[in-house]
Amino acid sequence: MIPPTFDYIAPQTLSEAVALLGQNEHAKILAGGQSLIPMMRFRLASPAVLVDINRIDGLSYISEENGWLKIGAMTRESTVDQSPIVHEKYPLLADTARVIADPLVRNMATVGGNLAHADPANDHPATMIAYGAQVVATGPGGERVIPIEEFFVSLFESSLAPNEILTEIRIPASQPRSGSPRSGSPRSGGAYLKLERKVGDFATVAVAVQVQLDAAGNIASAGIGLTNVGLTPIKAVAAENYLRGKAPSSDNIRHAAQLAADAAEPNPDYRGSEDYKRSLVKTYTIRALRKAVERAKGG
Amino acid sequence: MSTHHITVTINGKPHEADVESRLLLVHFLRENLNMTGTHIGCDTTSCGACTVLFNGKPVKSCTVFTVQADGAEVRTVEGLATNGKLHPIQEGFHEKHGLQCGFCTPGMMMTSAALLEQNPHPTEDEIRWGISGNLCRCTGYTNIVKAIQYAAEKMAE
Repeated sequence: MIPPTFDYIAPQTLSEAVALLGQNEHAKILAGGQSLIPMMRFRLASPAVLVDINRIDGLSYISEENGWLKIGAMTRESTVDQSPIVHEKYPLLADTARVIADPLVRNMATVGGNLAHADPANDHPATMIAYGAQVVATGPGGERVIPIEEFFVSLFESSLAPNEILTEIRIPASQPRSGSPRSGSPRSGGAYLKLERKVGDFATVAVAVQVQLDAAGNIASAGIGLTNVGLTPIKAVAAENYLRGKAPSSDNIRHAAQLAADAAEPNPDYRGSEDYKRSLVKTYTIRALRKAVERAKGG
Repeated sequence: MSTHHITVTINGKPHEADVESRLLLVHFLRENLNMTGTHIGCDTTSCGACTVLFNGKPVKSCTVFTVQADGAEVRTVEGLATNGKLHPIQEGFHEKHGLQCGFCTPGMMMTSAALLEQNPHPTEDEIRWGISGNLCRCTGYTNIVKAIQYAAEKMAE
């Protein structure tokens, strides 16, 4: 399958790239291309212009700064997967990077592209929702920060303006876990659990959980994101609210998981019926919450 | 539609060409350069038969535009053997019967060559994880894993 024709431009700077978007109404950004190129081959997308941002320096990094873990939009998934700081302090992100597509795709695919594509079947969206992340968009007027819960508008539609480029993702910096010198202070943990029929498939269902425990071991806050059970990635708000201030007991976890399942709006397809997927959301939320709490306790 | 003049190094040899923006890397290799060792399997970014090393990393060449490779180093299965001597990974596939129909083999070998460069002593789990983006429809994975283990031992000698 051969994609439709298009003009290709590979600018060297971000401002050039933004200007090109402004000049071309039907332009698309080419990041890793691992979703866009297949869509073009299936003729589901036919942009008139591709603006390749792979040749712009300074968009690939992972670093902690001013209370945030900052990830450059062009950071490859394989780089996230191999990042020591991610493995050590951001288990939810480490879990996620490990199950995106397959190892070959992860060598090209980027974190920014995974989010900007706004596909509810992608894995980073739910994870970033669970983290309460922020997205930085760069446009003609400079940078704009978008809270993740305002980023996903509809299927394949984000709140980026046509002349904006997603340039950075910010995750709240990880709190020390127990066992560290500041044991007893707030500590966090997370987990991403994905059911996929085979490596490389989209999730039948996946659940991202990030919890913060208080000094007494109760849940100070919980973030829960759901993958591929709606037109957008879903933030399980009722479940998050229910858990706030509660002990991570089996009953509380089960009740929260039911609230998460109630928030899901899955479509039946060849991966399963609506009921099946909803039931999986509950099971996977229970397991992800348990794992996140264990990790927060230093397990 | 735009046409671009590119220079790309393939198996150590520079190639210059004028390519249409939509030309996929796998088509450039197979049709423009007649290097048909790189296979087209699923054509949908699923199977990994078209795997080549792009600046040292295994990628699916059906999902990269040729113009993206301007200035890049590409390695294909044709570049594995040196001076008529098989690469240890090729030897492994030969010795351990790592192929049946052979369709996935070039991609499997490129992925495993990169895997062994990065991790010279992989466990069986790491091997299976490493090749999880390459599909063998003969389901001959057991011998593929043995072939990669053979190559790892050979390369450690």
